[in-house]
Amino acid sequence: MTYRDWWREDRLPHIFCPGCGNGTIINCTLEAVDSMGWEKDDTVFISGIGCSSRASGYISTDSLHTTHGRAIPFATGVKLTNRDLNVVVFTGDGDMAAIGGNHLIHGCRRNIDITVICMNNYIYGMTGGQGSPTTPAGALTTTTPYGASEPVFNICDLAVAAGANYVARWTSYHVKELREAIKTGLETPGFSLIETLVQCPTNFGRRNKLRNVQDMIDYLRKNAMLVRKYRELTENHRPIPEGTFAVGEFVRRSKPAMGVKE
Amino acid sequence: MKTEFLLGNIACAEGALAAGCGFFGGYPITPSTEVAEHMARALPKRGGTFIQMEDEIASMASVIGASWAGARAMTATSGPGFSLMMENIGYAVMTETPCVIVNIQRGGPSTGQPTLAAQGDMLQCRFGSHGDYSIVAISPSSVQEMFDLTVRAFNISDMLRIPVFLMADESIGHMRESITIPEDVERTERKGLKEGYRPFEPEDDMVPGFSVFGSGDAVPVTGLTHNDNGYPDATNYSTHDRLVRRLYNKVESRRHELADYDVRNPEAETVFISYGAPSRTVMQVLHDHPGGDIGHLNIRTVWPFSEKMLEEFPDAKTFLVPEMNLGQISREIQRHTDIDVVPVSKLGGELHTPGELVKAMGAVI
Repeated sequence: MTYRDWWREDRLPHIFCPGCGNGTIINCTLEAVDSMGWEKDDTVFISGIGCSSRASGYISTDSLHTTHGRAIPFATGVKLTNRDLNVVVFTGDGDMAAIGGNHLIHGCRRNIDITVICMNNYIYGMTGGQGSPTTPAGALTTTTPYGASEPVFNICDLAVAAGANYVARWTSYHVKELREAIKTGLETPGFSLIETLVQCPTNFGRRNKLRNVQDMIDYLRKNAMLVRKYRELTENHRPIPEGTFAVGEFVRRSKPAMGVKE
Repeated sequence: MKTEFLLGNIACAEGALAAGCGFFGGYPITPSTEVAEHMARALPKRGGTFIQMEDEIASMASVIGASWAGARAMTATSGPGFSLMMENIGYAVMTETPCVIVNIQRGGPSTGQPTLAAQGDMLQCRFGSHGDYSIVAISPSSVQEMFDLTVRAFNISDMLRIPVFLMADESIGHMRESITIPEDVERTERKGLKEGYRPFEPEDDMVPGFSVFGSGDAVPVTGLTHNDNGYPDATNYSTHDRLVRRLYNKVESRRHELADYDVRNPEAETVFISYGAPSRTVMQVLHDHPGGDIGHLNIRTVWPFSEKMLEEFPDAKTFLVPEMNLGQISREIQRHTDIDVVPVSKLGGELHTPGELVKAMGAVI
């Protein structure tokens, strides 16, 4: 019941829709933060704009709910001014991979010592279900009424290439693995990115035959393949079933980082 | 106290250092770059942080983050970068984050004249971000003022919890003059969050106390319309009305006390009103035409505009306003007076010549 210690109870009720996966991710994050022994006074949550970014305001610490896509540069300013603060960023696929894409790349390149939790629900939920840079091919959204046709960003591969020290992906189904991955991210000096695939039954599922929350979580579970196996198949030019995505640890390394506590 | 021969942009950086600036986040852009370069050399030696961000959007974001983490924080830019900063300037206004933005103005619109002076961003600094708000903008007309007014910018910013703009231009930024650097500068500290007050609950002066991150007050900061707790309350009519009026009034109601200006020849009927680089040309005209027939109002605090400044010239028949734009501040002056206000606009990057001002004077007399 860790979340009770960190939740800003007088903000309830929250704005997340019934069946939304964001609460699961926030809970896993708070459990990981709590297991680090971090105090509320030395931990700051920073976020951009969108459903995922509402998370920071529900936690009873100092928090910055910033402008769309800009959470990482705000976090950079906080961390470089006071390295003793533990800085965690909440963001989403639209916030981080579209409007904030450049800031993500440079956060990874600088290897600034923050942990970024990206809740990827494949869609712009807050504005009512528009396509994002991670909307899968063929998926229906209000701005892809004939099916999404653009290639998607692979957020984890991008972060690895740009230089982050720790990159992992899990889903709202894999709560135990996710909690461990977030903890590893918090422990790793430098930039950590944990991408979490979450169900959005209201705006994604409803239009894509995944209206039922259980169906969407099943979809995430069934299509997840461990990154080791995924890479093995790719390297051997073996077929990978359509819709399959890699989960697990993409990179863990100790390149020089910026803003690390002395 | 020491005397130094400095570039305007470096005097600005020295002023920031004297004021205790501990964080600079910026992006290179002509003609402001020397401010960043000087801070890059000086800040690390003093335990401060210099960071070159990926763009001006990120620069402004990092400055606001640094301010919440407790630093006096600033950035410096010019037109195109200034446009990019508008998004997070609005955030600084809404979240009442102290910070200083230096704009070494160049010719616009767009890429315009990167290496030449202009005053084309005087309305953008006041109105450039969306929504209703007010800010403080101050304009230096000498290298000494690049130092002094940068210090003042930090003090006003911390006092009112607002972004403050140092609106210089290329000619002042790239001018070298002798200046006096004092041993110590006056420093107004941010007031802390008082016992029993909520994080965004204004005191009688309309300004809430500031709780630096890590103080244990669990301050939720958001750009959404929020109540005194800092909690989003974006669909409540009265919360928004009360918040936005306070953000506006905490600046506008102080317009007379923030006013900073010089008056020369107050009995004159023909009066020049200027700020920034054109003030130097006006001073030359007054020097060349002794006798007290020509008045001069030299304004340093341009925004908020104190209309009482105009009352310093009770006999004035004409206000001539030389600006390196198409009349941005002359329009503001006109709305406060029945006296004729004549814009003397000059574009192209060259300063007004004394002859041009004398000619403009001749045309109205």
